Amino acid sequence: MSNPYQIIIGLEVHVQLATESKLFCRCATTFGAEPNTQTCPLCIGMPGTLPVMNRRAFELSLRTAVALNCDIPRFTKWDRKQYHYPDLPKGYQISQFDLPMSSGGYLEIRDPQGQFETKRVGIIRAHLEEDAGKSTHDEKTGKADSRIDLNRTGTPLLEIVSEPDLRSPEEAKVYLTELKLLLTYLGVSDCNMQEGSLRVDANVNLHIDTPEGTIATPIVEVKNMNSFRAVERALAYDAKRQYDEWQQTGQKLGDVPKQTRGWDDEAGVSRPQRSKEESSDYRYLPDPDLLPVTVTENEVEDVRASLGELPAALRERLITDFGLSPYNAGVLVNQGRELIDYYLTVAKVSGDAKTACNWVTQDVLRVLRKRDYTILQFVEKTGIDADWLAALIENVRNKKLTKDQAQQAFDAMTGHVVVSVVQPLGLKDSVEVVIEKLGLKQVDETELLALCQELLDKNPKIVSDLRGGKHQAVGALIGQAKQRNANVDPGRVREICLNLIQQ
Amino acid sequence: MSAISLTATQQLERLESGQLASVELTQAYLDRIKEVDGQVGAFLRVDAEAALATAAKIDEQRASGKPLGRLAGLPVSVKDVLCMHGEMTTCGSKILENFRSPYDATAIARLKAADAVLIGRTNMDEFAMGGSTENSAFHCTHNPWNLDCSPGGSSGGAAACVAASMAPLSVGTDTGGSIRQPAAFCGVTGMKPTYGRVSRYGLVAFASSLDQVGPLARTAADAALLLEVLAGHDPNDSTSADVPVPRYAETIAKPLQGLRIGLAGEHFSEGLSAETESALREAVRVFESLGGKVHDISLPHSKYGIATYYIIAPSEASSNLARYDGVHYGYRTDEQQLIAELSAERKQLTEADDPHTLDRLDTTLVRMYRKTRSEGFGPEVKRRIMLGTYALSAGYYDAYYLKALKVRRLIHNDFVEAFKQVDVILGPTSPVPAFKLGEKLQDPLSMYLVDLYTVSANLAGIPGISIPCGQSPEGLPIGLQLQAPAFEEERLLRASHMFQQATDWHQKVPEIS
Repeated sequence: MSNPYQIIIGLEVHVQLATESKLFCRCATTFGAEPNTQTCPLCIGMPGTLPVMNRRAFELSLRTAVALNCDIPRFTKWDRKQYHYPDLPKGYQISQFDLPMSSGGYLEIRDPQGQFETKRVGIIRAHLEEDAGKSTHDEKTGKADSRIDLNRTGTPLLEIVSEPDLRSPEEAKVYLTELKLLLTYLGVSDCNMQEGSLRVDANVNLHIDTPEGTIATPIVEVKNMNSFRAVERALAYDAKRQYDEWQQTGQKLGDVPKQTRGWDDEAGVSRPQRSKEESSDYRYLPDPDLLPVTVTENEVEDVRASLGELPAALRERLITDFGLSPYNAGVLVNQGRELIDYYLTVAKVSGDAKTACNWVTQDVLRVLRKRDYTILQFVEKTGIDADWLAALIENVRNKKLTKDQAQQAFDAMTGHVVVSVVQPLGLKDSVEVVIEKLGLKQVDETELLALCQELLDKNPKIVSDLRGGKHQAVGALIGQAKQRNANVDPGRVREICLNLIQQ
Repeated sequence: MSAISLTATQQLERLESGQLASVELTQAYLDRIKEVDGQVGAFLRVDAEAALATAAKIDEQRASGKPLGRLAGLPVSVKDVLCMHGEMTTCGSKILENFRSPYDATAIARLKAADAVLIGRTNMDEFAMGGSTENSAFHCTHNPWNLDCSPGGSSGGAAACVAASMAPLSVGTDTGGSIRQPAAFCGVTGMKPTYGRVSRYGLVAFASSLDQVGPLARTAADAALLLEVLAGHDPNDSTSADVPVPRYAETIAKPLQGLRIGLAGEHFSEGLSAETESALREAVRVFESLGGKVHDISLPHSKYGIATYYIIAPSEASSNLARYDGVHYGYRTDEQQLIAELSAERKQLTEADDPHTLDRLDTTLVRMYRKTRSEGFGPEVKRRIMLGTYALSAGYYDAYYLKALKVRRLIHNDFVEAFKQVDVILGPTSPVPAFKLGEKLQDPLSMYLVDLYTVSANLAGIPGISIPCGQSPEGLPIGLQLQAPAFEEERLLRASHMFQQATDWHQKVPEIS
């Protein structure tokens, strides 16, 4: 890198946990309902109401924390984080302050482009808290009306705070992608950024080498980034902005209070945000309405045992046990749990992991991208389930089909190529039925031998060319053979003809 | 003899045997309220129509032989701090003056399920903060024994209404003595159960780790009856204990053999009035005559009780009361006036060419918060919010709140040690009998010291009961407090009942003139 500085990035990720109900009451967490319809006396902060912890939210947090290699303390408690805002009806948010439910973990990231070595990004802590409501400010009417929707109030959030271990916007994006993949594998969140299920705030500053030694610029918190691409862009923007500012002002870390900036993705700039009123002192207080949560060693071990194979381990297995390239292993694993399950079944049933990988990464993924299908939709719409694809691979291996014919069968099933057939294909057709319907019979060896002999006899000119070493002349024979029988394997025709000439 | 001079236990027997109708009983109390509450001021609201309708329904059900709840047909008054579905719950505060709860507190739900006749809501110090009921935003309650005196607080309305025979049973709450001290001042029986014994769900929080709902009644037997209905585990309150509830009213008459009574030196020292001390000494002799054995014990950290309490309770209160901000419900300042006020200030600052102050001028939202809370809360509530906010502020937390939590643990440990030697601890409920209304209003600290002997039970989470044990030369009631280990309410009730079988202090009723 040619930059005269190093970028130091730490990320705070808020993940909405996939629970049916809120963290401390029984209200639903469904996104997009009419405002203030998913509320009860508790989540609108009515006097006298008391919170009762949702065990499922804690279990999902525990799953995540264990998967992030965090230490799980035996004892964790709830604290009130106090501030006034209209979308916070109790006047405090129930969160975790000094005894979070997990700390000191890491997430391993690997750059698919190979621009950096595999590295461990430290996780300072992951803690559970409740979400606030949503305020909307309608300034169009000129009356500056503010509206409060408390549907989101009390939704469980897991806040995952990374160490400032990331060294480039690209690394930050890879970290987020890997984290999202992990959360998806764990089934703890749908990670939908558009619906706010995954929110990212970044803390960023620079370490600049100067003749007087390395100096650090003031830390800036960047908010309002609505996609991983936006995070990457915002961080790149702020690094440059901080460097320019340092050149102008010479301000170092500690010279000015921490600044918060909001990213405007459309304009491609960040702007300073006014910090919330009196947000500096949250007057944390252990919540007397909730009991501390105790976690036993056995519970942690049970969670660990139930995690299943996680992305990093899966990639490793595909490379070492299945002999796939790191690139292909990454492509498969990064598609998510459902696709990897599909691939693993194809590989197991067909007994050919590499060919299975080629089919899945090239042919299946091509259809997924083109049609914007998930793998489950793919299976549903095309009928190509893992067993079907495995059977296709076996047919090629057993020389019942050529690779070309197998491709034709696949394309016909996916509707990629419109094939005119006497009988239309059905979603439940087995590979054998499809072969039958498409007339994709492998030609009998004796028949093929006779055909080749006949063609050689009819084309003395080509024969003499071949004998004279012009092997490309065989192409004309292959063409004629295909005209006579569409099912002939061009490779076999070539092979047989050359053999016959040498006899 | 009017039905209202009977105890709740006697009334219940007559209701069950058909000698007395609930409508008749309820009407008798409504008449009594009409007769004397103008002078006493125990009630904030009395719903005669609803009470009589409930009573009539219960009478009808009883006549048709339908099974009925434990308190069927007995009138019960409730402190205005427990939420009742569709009804006002003001907490004695202007900020909740027009607040109607959308749900029932568990205590209320249990009373309804027990077929109690909810007769009205009793007055209290605003948000249960105070020891005289003078901090109510609506009116002050007078002690039925001497209308110039305070009934105590914060459950002053509850204690006064039982003392003046305006309800046989009353539900109060106790955070630092708010049931026991008014019970002592008004000459009735009042118990703060173990923390977690009665659900706090729907109790408008003052200090969540100390608040507890409890019964006030004329006798220990009546209190046992009411506690039996209130107590029990509630999944809606995470701090509610899943501990079986004894049938208190059934075991009440079983005497305790060889009761070991602890007397703490700390309870009989500086500050205790002579008349209270002599009444207590006499009460000890009564217990000894009943087979009780006295042991000297020590509660060395009890002297830090008040200081600890006045860090923890206001800290929690400052947090619990943050929600009253005028945004979602309750009182909100006049918006037109607010906007006019702000624009006038803005204009003035612009004209004065003071951009610095102008820049720091409140936003409309912040000014709305300020004015709503300034106008909606009374002075004592504001004082405690400020105390608590200060104690929780960055840099002070460790020195105040955290230190207070440690001392709280030591106070708790004192009791654990003491209860290795004794079954109950006997001491004063209050250092003095009822004081004059207005006497302590200008001196918050002396008002706080009224809680001297009661706060420790809240800090330790143990149960305490106050029963009448004498009268001052001026004819004001004097109460004694018994404390027991956690979940030993039954022991307190039986010990109190033994005492009440041998004495008649609890039978004395005031002449209201």
